[in-house]
Amino acid sequence: MYFTKQHELVRKLAREFAEKELTNEILDEVEESGTFPEEILYKMGKAGFFGIKTPKEYGGSGGDARCYVLVMEEMARVSGVASIYVSSPNSLSGGPLLLSGTEEQKRKYLPSLISGKKKLCFALTEPGAGSDAGGMQSTAVKDGDFYILNGRKTFITMAPLADYAVVYAKTDMTKGTKGISAFIVDMKNTPGISCGKPEHKMGVIGCATSDIIMDNARIPAENLLGEEGMGFINAMKTLDTGRMGVAAQSIGVAQGALDEAIKYAKERKQFGRRIGDFQAIAFMIADMATKLEAAKQLVYKTAYLMDTHQSASMEASMAKYYASEVCNEIASKSLQIHGGYGFIKDYKIERMYRDCRVFTIYEGTSQIQQLVISGKLLKK
Amino acid sequence: MKILVCVKQVPDTNEVKIDPVKGTLIRDGVPSILNPDDANALEEALKIKDERPGTTVSVITMGPPQADDMLRECLAMGADEAYLLSDRAFGGADTCATSTTIAAGIDKIGDYDIIFAGRQAIDGDTAQVGPQVAWRLGIPVVTYVQDVKLCEEEVIVQRQMENGYEILEVQMPCLLTAVKELNEPRYMSIGGIMDAYAKKVTVWNHEDVGLDPKDCGLNASPTQVFRSFTPAPKGKGEMLDGTVTEMTEQLTEKLKEKHYL
Repeated sequence: MYFTKQHELVRKLAREFAEKELTNEILDEVEESGTFPEEILYKMGKAGFFGIKTPKEYGGSGGDARCYVLVMEEMARVSGVASIYVSSPNSLSGGPLLLSGTEEQKRKYLPSLISGKKKLCFALTEPGAGSDAGGMQSTAVKDGDFYILNGRKTFITMAPLADYAVVYAKTDMTKGTKGISAFIVDMKNTPGISCGKPEHKMGVIGCATSDIIMDNARIPAENLLGEEGMGFINAMKTLDTGRMGVAAQSIGVAQGALDEAIKYAKERKQFGRRIGDFQAIAFMIADMATKLEAAKQLVYKTAYLMDTHQSASMEASMAKYYASEVCNEIASKSLQIHGGYGFIKDYKIERMYRDCRVFTIYEGTSQIQQLVISGKLLKK
Repeated sequence: MKILVCVKQVPDTNEVKIDPVKGTLIRDGVPSILNPDDANALEEALKIKDERPGTTVSVITMGPPQADDMLRECLAMGADEAYLLSDRAFGGADTCATSTTIAAGIDKIGDYDIIFAGRQAIDGDTAQVGPQVAWRLGIPVVTYVQDVKLCEEEVIVQRQMENGYEILEVQMPCLLTAVKELNEPRYMSIGGIMDAYAKKVTVWNHEDVGLDPKDCGLNASPTQVFRSFTPAPKGKGEMLDGTVTEMTEQLTEKLKEKHYL
């Protein structure tokens, strides 16, 4: 209903790619080493995965939100961390630039992000400012042709690997969220910019996350992204699309978890029959499949609304909220169906279970989504 | 340079099951794919296009209207044009009638330097259409090609044998059939998929290619598939022992018992 033949071909490409390239051996190695193979990232770039919705004039594929959702879903079905590498240039990195960049900034940064040659991270969260992003303490003080950045960002996905960052900092400490501006920061060549130690995470291992420390870092004034004071709006609009990406990740991992549960329920025998023949297990699988289908419809509808230029902000929140929560439920039930084997790293469900835990947290917690949804419904 | 590639949409035989009663393939609900050997053929054409700017790659197929999906995949991989030979009159064709139709389509396209085709299709498994098309067009053919080097006036190819390979020099225009060892087919790209649906697929019927209905399809098929089946597994064989002379005597006796001798 929401997809054309063109979209189905995109799904086919993503599925074939994920199944062929993201083998068990490679994913185990990623988990062991904490790094993701550059050769696979290169192939993802060539297949156009890093600029799915970006216009062709900037080196993108000229696709739409539905194409993005399908690639995310199919990649996440095989590997949660691989889907993060897809989402970053398409939403949280590319987003701020496409929304507020000058033509010069777009042409300078987008092509290399889309080809995969460079990486850019989204630096909003601080140790004291998570859901309350407006409470950030980082400052950007104008000094001639520069801004001096001071402060600390935390839990920044890809910071240790990034060539650039979009950093949000207050140019005016008196104006709350209206005092926040966005800056493009060269992560590798700016004195005063450094990264903390990569975090030891529960899941999505293979994509390093760390703090970014800014100590009197001088950023050229031309790297201001958008207007002063418009940074918060830029961040919120970027997160709106980012939300849909996490929802797509969630339905992907959930599908992978459901597939594993069904496979196991058919193979495992106890009391002389397949465990899938017992109603307790069969009904769990029925519930999992039904919730997954509901989540998918929310995600697909959100993408469809975006593509047809209709308002999709509430739907994006609902999709992210529901899909991430239901994904965790499905992964948990799938692990339960696996019994003791679900607790062993040799079985795929063990990683899926850990990977999806962050989906209800990042890019706006479930509680923030509830705030957004109820806010829209109950506004005076 | 102008390159044509013969391609076919086939059921994915990894997914297909055999009906235990009839012994035939159950095709319902089986996904259709680009024939794997044809993907190798297309990849070789695209590699030449990458190395020689100005080269065009056109794909041609004989099939029902849904073969359009497979052609879009070829366009998304990088082919420039696609031709679909589709007509009720083409239906039920064996390899002989298929090659008649494809050759007629190629004649209509006109000029070409190389034609690539897959070695064989995974549903028919005959490996006949490529050589038949070449014969009808009056051009040289090399089958089982596992390596291609393009020179100014000719192509130097490796032809796969059971225990090694031959190196052959072929004049152009020529037809080459590809084996899977020839290359690793590229993925489509998202941008390619976006473009693929903007490109035109030219559809020709029997009149467009100047064929009489009696010369194509079932009407022009000297062979007809009577039945496809998986042979029932035979029992374990019987090992003979003794000297060669003794074993030969035993074998002769057994063959006489079964009236083979």
